[in-house]
Amino acid sequence: MGASVNLTGKDLTCVRGGRLVFQSLSFQVAAGSVLVLRGPNGSGKSSLLRLVAGFQPPAEGAFLWDDRPVAEDRDGHRTRITYAGHLDAVKPALSVTESLQFWARLGSKGDPPVADALDRWGLGAIADLPGAYLSAGQRKRLNLARLSLSTSRLWLLDEPTVSLDDSAVDTLMGVISDHQADGGSAIIATHTDLALKATDTLSLEPYTVSQMEPPS
Amino acid sequence: MTGFMHLVRRDIRLAMRQGSGTYWTLMFFLLTITLFPLGVGPEQAILGRIATGVVWVAALLAAMLSLDRLFQADYEDGSLELLALVPVPMEIIVLAKCTAHWITTGLPLAIASPIMGMMLNMDPAGFLILAGGMLLGTPVLSLIGAIGASLTVGVRRGGVLLSLLVLPLYVPTLIFGVIAVDEGVNGLGAQPHLLLLTAMLLGAIALAPWASAAALRLNME
Repeated sequence: MGASVNLTGKDLTCVRGGRLVFQSLSFQVAAGSVLVLRGPNGSGKSSLLRLVAGFQPPAEGAFLWDDRPVAEDRDGHRTRITYAGHLDAVKPALSVTESLQFWARLGSKGDPPVADALDRWGLGAIADLPGAYLSAGQRKRLNLARLSLSTSRLWLLDEPTVSLDDSAVDTLMGVISDHQADGGSAIIATHTDLALKATDTLSLEPYTVSQMEPPS
Repeated sequence: MTGFMHLVRRDIRLAMRQGSGTYWTLMFFLLTITLFPLGVGPEQAILGRIATGVVWVAALLAAMLSLDRLFQADYEDGSLELLALVPVPMEIIVLAKCTAHWITTGLPLAIASPIMGMMLNMDPAGFLILAGGMLLGTPVLSLIGAIGASLTVGVRRGGVLLSLLVLPLYVPTLIFGVIAVDEGVNGLGAQPHLLLLTAMLLGAIALAPWASAAALRLNME
């Protein structure tokens, strides 16, 4: 083997709400690389990320981490993952600092450098502002700022660039590049082009089952 | 354990800042109880007779009022998904949320209960037993309520469904809480009933987080 493979998905089939989303999907994510998921709306990009995160078991197929089935070590798998979905998990009543501090402390031991992360994401000036007064882009930044404090090997990002301005997108690319340099990997569902090195693209379209076809 | 404490602290902070849930719960408790003298009439003997039951029923309803927000808010803003991925088991997360819920609703209710009893001309000999029974019983309400709250977390306006699920399960707590005071006042001893409430509390601590965590996992699919 060349570059060590972190995560392997084998013959995955996803069923959501009784509808077959995709089937016979296989992929690999190597350490230090990024897998970009592409496909039209409804092709199952978010569903695949949720499968990897373990929110839902695949209807068929399995995930392997370092050649060991993920299903055997769910607790270990959770600690390897940081997930950022469409919802930003920002509480209206908590300040920016309190929000990030809470998630960072739950995720790791000790006192994480929350202030540094906020500065990097351009949130330092509004650190004391309650979540209720944040704009959509600021909420997204706050959610993604968890990545800067994350020690997880695998990041799952669901359209992370939505509602971000150019400078925040640059920050995101910088943070992901640093993560890659540390040997971390990421799966990113997106419709935009990302300025990243060592990316593979997985198009979901060939695996997507048309809605007219009955589930096999 | 530190994860548990972080979550308890965050939930208490949220409850204190967001429309002060504790205050509303207590006001509801007080208002429901003041309705009884108005409805039943000011006959002191009758009020004294029904006081324990009224206080307990009002406490059940007050504790239930805030249950539908227990997981709903976290579910809607995506926090629950992130909580499912932190290195803290879901069962501990449920237990932490129940603890915070109890501190912000059950505990104030238990502390206020002797005052409510006094308002209804309850026998003063029962005040301590009432508060003690409430201290043991209200965490059971939070824990059982968590099962209902996690089952209905994906349901829009699931508050009514939640009450239908949870209220029947509150019956044993109500019965032993009320009997403890009655027997204590009549000199028969409240201890066996308080011990039964303790047993229910320990059983709920052991079982409810697992049931609730399983329901939450199902609802996140």
